[in-house]
Amino acid sequence: MLEFSPEEWTAIELSLRVATAGTLFGLPIALFFAYALARWRFPGKVILDGFLHLPLVLPPVVTGYFLLLTFGRQGFIGKELYDLFGFTFAFRWTGAALACGVMGFPLMLRAIRLSLEAIDRRLEAAASTLGANAWWTFLLVTLPLALPGVLVGAILCFAKALGEFGATITFVSNIPGETQTIPSAIYTYTQVPGGEGQALRLAGVSVVIAMLALIVSEVLNRRIQKRIAVFE
Amino acid sequence: MTNAQPALSVWAFQKRNGFTLDVTFESDSSLTALFGPSGAGKTSVLNVIAGVNRPDKGRITVAGNVLTDTEKHIFVPPHLRRVGFVFQDAQLFPHLTVEQNIRFGQWFRRGEKNALPQDVIVGVLGIGHLLKRRPATLSGGEKHRVAMARALLSSPRILLMDEPLSGLDDARRSEIMSLIERVRDEFAVPMVFVTHNLEEVRRLASRVIRITDGHVTAVGTPAEVLGA
Repeated sequence: MLEFSPEEWTAIELSLRVATAGTLFGLPIALFFAYALARWRFPGKVILDGFLHLPLVLPPVVTGYFLLLTFGRQGFIGKELYDLFGFTFAFRWTGAALACGVMGFPLMLRAIRLSLEAIDRRLEAAASTLGANAWWTFLLVTLPLALPGVLVGAILCFAKALGEFGATITFVSNIPGETQTIPSAIYTYTQVPGGEGQALRLAGVSVVIAMLALIVSEVLNRRIQKRIAVFE
Repeated sequence: MTNAQPALSVWAFQKRNGFTLDVTFESDSSLTALFGPSGAGKTSVLNVIAGVNRPDKGRITVAGNVLTDTEKHIFVPPHLRRVGFVFQDAQLFPHLTVEQNIRFGQWFRRGEKNALPQDVIVGVLGIGHLLKRRPATLSGGEKHRVAMARALLSSPRILLMDEPLSGLDDARRSEIMSLIERVRDEFAVPMVFVTHNLEEVRRLASRVIRITDGHVTAVGTPAEVLGA
């Protein structure tokens, strides 16, 4: 029962790779937009805010379809990418990572933005009167204080990415070894006779990974909180 | 060199949320008190001097250096002003130890030749035993002392203090008052402090700027402004 077949191992390894890549690439972008939304005033802010949260409320299939239209081989960005660099997201694990990253992005953005908004701006003012310019202030004061939120956001995004199904299968299909993540594999096994055992095993793996992610985030978060000691 | 100019000259006008701040004053004193009731705009004046706020119209000079001049479109950003600021609630960085806090500003001015020595400041303010602690574990008086050390170590040309004595019990108050006197006498950094407390003004200040409703209503020695 607990012996995994090579295909199952591939799906597990691929899922972890896809979720990690999607989260890590999304993180700096989420940090930037969270900072912009939390701190800057600019025209069209409400629209940008809504746009960035779209993957949260759209049907995943629709998000996947838009990704296909944009980053597919014939998509208006995907075509340029391929012509210029020979790089494509279409039917590759990188495409799965992109889909997962996009789907998890709003969760990450939200957590980071909330933690930025919770920071006392006068701490940043204090840093500037001590000689720190905007970059140093961000690096030495804002970012460390927002770290718990950044961490929670990243874990949420990672967990969401692990479970992503609709956008991924729409955008990059369900190719074993390339784009078949755990959810796609489970779906495939439930569609074939005698696949129940495999489906169940992978479902169990999903639960274990999700629990581990939550526990790791909780432990790290406690450590950071202890260091920051805001709540002592 | 440029000692003909006053240590501090302020002209600031700003309208914000229905409150008008319109103040003009100069001070050459080693310890200037901004005195007035709560909500009179005293803290706003400090924010304008430190560059935390940009006034609608105004001109700020410290020791002959123009920091803000709206007519000439000059606005030196706060991190280049060398204006030390002790905030009302200290605003120590919660994620850093006391030692890391007080070295924060020092690090940005590490090329400074006439920097005040850290051990002397730590000694005068009596925070040597706190260096490894985190701000959350400090009492109110300890936080104020650390905040003063942090501001002084950034080699400021002027030190602003926003109600440095509020929220402290009587014993702590008089302790911090003596520290302010020592800092004034030993470190030769002109200080401006905000208060609504008569006793503090009488004991510490050599010049008083009385601010009411966003306007300067009296300027002079404590005796002149408050009566003997």
